[in-house]
Amino acid sequence: MTQTVSTANYLCIGCPMGCRLEVDTAEEDRIVEIRGFSCKRGKEYAAQEHVDPRRNVALTVGLRGGALPRLPVKTSAAVPKARVLALCAALRDLVVDAPVRVGQVVAANPLGLGADIVATREMRAVD
Amino acid sequence: MPEPLDVVIIGGGVVGCAIARELSRYRLRVCLLEKECDVGFGTSKANSGIIHGGHHSDPRSVKGGLEWEGNQLWDALAADLGFGFKRIGELTIALGEADLPVLENLLNRGRAKGVTGLEMWPAERVRAEEPNLSPDIIAALHAPTTGVVNPYEACFCLAESAVRNGLDLRTETAVLGLSLADDVWTVETTRGTLHARFVLNAAGLFSGAIAALAGAPALAIHPRKGEEYLLDKRLQGHIGRVIFPCPSPVSKGILVIPTYDGTLMVGPTAHTVDNPFDLSTSAAGSDEVFAAVQRFAPGISPRDVIAQFAGLRAAADGDDFVIGLTDRKGFINIAGIQSPGLTAAPAIAQRIVGLLRNEGLALTPRDDFDPRLPAPVHFMSLSTGAQIDLAERDPRYRRMSCRCEFITEGEILDAIGRGAKTLDGIKFRTRAGMGRCQGGFCAARCMELLARELDIPFTDVTKRGGGSWMAIPRLTSIGQEASHD
Amino acid sequence: MISSKPAHLQGVYDVVVAGGGPAGLGAALAAREAGAERVLVVDREKEAGGILLQCIHAGFGLHHFKEELTGPEYAGRVLRDALEHGVDVLSDAYALDVLPDKRIKLMSAEHGVRLIETRAAVLSMGARERTRAAIRIPGARPAGVLTAGFAQRLVNLQGCLPGRRVAILGSGDIGLIMARRLTLEGVEVVGVFELMPYANGLNRNIVQCLRDFDIPLHLSTTVVQVHGRERVEKVTVAPVDDHLKPLLSKAWDVPCDTLLVSIGLIPENELSCQMNLRLDPVTNGPVVNSAMETSRDGVFACGNVVHIHDLVDFVSAEAGLAGRWAGLAAQGRRPPDDNVRLSAGENVGYCVPHSLSTEREHTVYLRVRKPMEQSVIRLSSPDGRFTYEKKVRYVFPAEMINLKISPRMLQNFHGDGLRIDVLPR
Repeated sequence: MTQTVSTANYLCIGCPMGCRLEVDTAEEDRIVEIRGFSCKRGKEYAAQEHVDPRRNVALTVGLRGGALPRLPVKTSAAVPKARVLALCAALRDLVVDAPVRVGQVVAANPLGLGADIVATREMRAVD
Repeated sequence: MPEPLDVVIIGGGVVGCAIARELSRYRLRVCLLEKECDVGFGTSKANSGIIHGGHHSDPRSVKGGLEWEGNQLWDALAADLGFGFKRIGELTIALGEADLPVLENLLNRGRAKGVTGLEMWPAERVRAEEPNLSPDIIAALHAPTTGVVNPYEACFCLAESAVRNGLDLRTETAVLGLSLADDVWTVETTRGTLHARFVLNAAGLFSGAIAALAGAPALAIHPRKGEEYLLDKRLQGHIGRVIFPCPSPVSKGILVIPTYDGTLMVGPTAHTVDNPFDLSTSAAGSDEVFAAVQRFAPGISPRDVIAQFAGLRAAADGDDFVIGLTDRKGFINIAGIQSPGLTAAPAIAQRIVGLLRNEGLALTPRDDFDPRLPAPVHFMSLSTGAQIDLAERDPRYRRMSCRCEFITEGEILDAIGRGAKTLDGIKFRTRAGMGRCQGGFCAARCMELLARELDIPFTDVTKRGGGSWMAIPRLTSIGQEASHD
Repeated sequence: MISSKPAHLQGVYDVVVAGGGPAGLGAALAAREAGAERVLVVDREKEAGGILLQCIHAGFGLHHFKEELTGPEYAGRVLRDALEHGVDVLSDAYALDVLPDKRIKLMSAEHGVRLIETRAAVLSMGARERTRAAIRIPGARPAGVLTAGFAQRLVNLQGCLPGRRVAILGSGDIGLIMARRLTLEGVEVVGVFELMPYANGLNRNIVQCLRDFDIPLHLSTTVVQVHGRERVEKVTVAPVDDHLKPLLSKAWDVPCDTLLVSIGLIPENELSCQMNLRLDPVTNGPVVNSAMETSRDGVFACGNVVHIHDLVDFVSAEAGLAGRWAGLAAQGRRPPDDNVRLSAGENVGYCVPHSLSTEREHTVYLRVRKPMEQSVIRLSSPDGRFTYEKKVRYVFPAEMINLKISPRMLQNFHGDGLRIDVLPR
């Protein structure tokens, strides 16, 4: 009996090249071949995206005592795609105090997704 | 009932403002009611800004007489109030032999009215003076008396001068009811009730509705839309005079207008609409304007459009002005003021003052009447030396708020001090936001300054009052809008 | 925020840079590294860093810093680098004019209006967004029609929202990024409408910003009417035919209170026009030689003020070149003359720089007019005697092509003009 191979298509989001990735799977969604990537990251992305899609998230949180009302932040690691909106909603009321340095953790592992929320801009305290 | 006011003016367009300013010369209690957030924000704002030469309208009509009379009053008004006014002249062009008798007729009509300086130019003269016009033009009628103003600026200055001389100006105040008892009018508004001996109906598109509220004879107003297209300042100087095509019996046609600031504007269309709020522009209107203009100004293209807008002329039956008393005592119409209404406005104001005098209103001149307004700073037209001195003295002139029109923070703050409460209020007083980026850069800055100066939350700043909000508070985690801090 | 060294504005500067985004800061750093002593960056915001400070998403720096950074992180790094190398950064200031003698007239919240002497200047004012008027969307003019970048500023810097229900016209990257950003803030994004039959933004943004959130992308569709008196109430959209003409019989209404317009950027050249620099009518930016020098000697330009880049990394590369030559020019070393004019040929919108030298290595940036699979970039002389071809898998208008040109490639070329075409293979 011949084995059924199905192909899933993805666009790589690793860099702006946007390579068109193809993931061939056999029975029980076992990956048999990945094509279309131009780098190692692309191949890894295709495998990851097929099994467990994840995204990095960038947003802002409230800032008290700084020159601006908002502080830009990001996740320290990619989180499951399906939980992105929940994560953002959970962080909507968060307010942190200036000063803040780049890389400072402003929320540790919210929703237990395995990523911290870290500041991406230095903010001095203003009186 | 408190002592009634002498006069309530309904409508703060250029006509209402000119009347208010003229009345402020006298010891009177006058209130001007405007439903929009600023004066001039109805039909006047979208006016072409031409002070017509004086020869276009039929001298047998009301407007025909007021056109030339009004034209001659603008120099003094501009000198007193400090708004921009330039007599740049106009050309009415002939593209074929058939147009020549029409121009002759205009020339004779103008001369009969006493319009000065009218002159027929041959093709060579037209080419020498306006080299970017079509070589197909065979002759043109030149009128040196034609000028340009920024119509909204004229409204602001007239109203501000009147306020400095005692006018009670109430914006965002619409009239809901009018009733007459014992020779006193009761005026119900969205912001309280007033009493007055005279009510002047200068409500433009809504003057028919106001006449109906007053129980005056029916007055039908037919909104007639005009679309205008403002072109990039790269075309400044491309054409130096107002250019009229040869007029048809129904319309003055679609023009090229070098605005007071030098930016070229093309339009307007003229189409009657039903809805007095319909200020939409259309692809058909744009096509009509550019097709018409390219016949005589081939260097103008839709690619250069930086802004488009439409205005509605308040045309009455018969297309003439409707000015005068009604059978309701003390209720006076100043309606149907379409082109050349801006030109005529100062003359209309004088005529209304005469009418009120005849009706028994005592006009005692105010000894403290100040005809002048302090001139606003226009930073970029100062010499470098003067700019250095001003910025040294006043730190408000050390920040650029609008990068397209080069407007400083000091000028924005001055506009707010003079009554701007909205983004459009700032835009039409200073030009911030009128340039090629259309507010992309300055809007957030102006919103911050408005919020700070008016002491309101940033998200309460509007484009032009009412429901024209610009931004809303962010949502909380349970999806509600965050409260103001 | 990163504090800048206060500039005293005394004496003569070697290089003054107008605009403190990544282009200006990068050029200033390169000028210092090339030996210029006194380098001043003038920036209009309270803190230098440019538009990247409001681009809080990741995707920057893979080429330049070899890691993926967010906009504020990238801006923070280039600002820090410049400051650490002794560049003076004057924020809350504005370059009003560059006089014929190269004195720079500037306005500063701290110092007032000043005339600054400099030996060389770099223009790096960035870009502005095309507006609704540029494409003449008909209809009413209520509040609520705004550019995507202005909405980005409202959300990321001011901390408020542009509306509750948003339609987006144009599939440029800023619009796509804002579709996601607004969705994350709980705003409903009802769809993205793109006139062309292909998306204008990067593929990765189509995936991450639209598909991830099931936001529909309507290609070959445009907004034909805006409705609403005080605030936007709805927009009418219609598919377009092959000539991009709307098919009004197939139009439908999209209720929304906001229309974001994301239809591209235009170089910010108020200053360049005032200086009467020669401009390229396609890029709308100054014409530059291979040292990024404009038509005025000693005045260089880089970044989006020259042409619109899709990656800041390439802005930084270009800034390094402009800054280096500006720094050398300040020390009396003129860039060597170019001997070849470049022109854009078939399916090439433009190429920058506008000239180059057969003696040196260059990167030429170009953009195609329409997408093409299996194509070839061809360099050729007008007489057809010289051709050089490079195969490329696919080309998109949204993706800038950078083409390395070396003396070796041109060793058989003898002439003074080269044309670049992008052709099917």
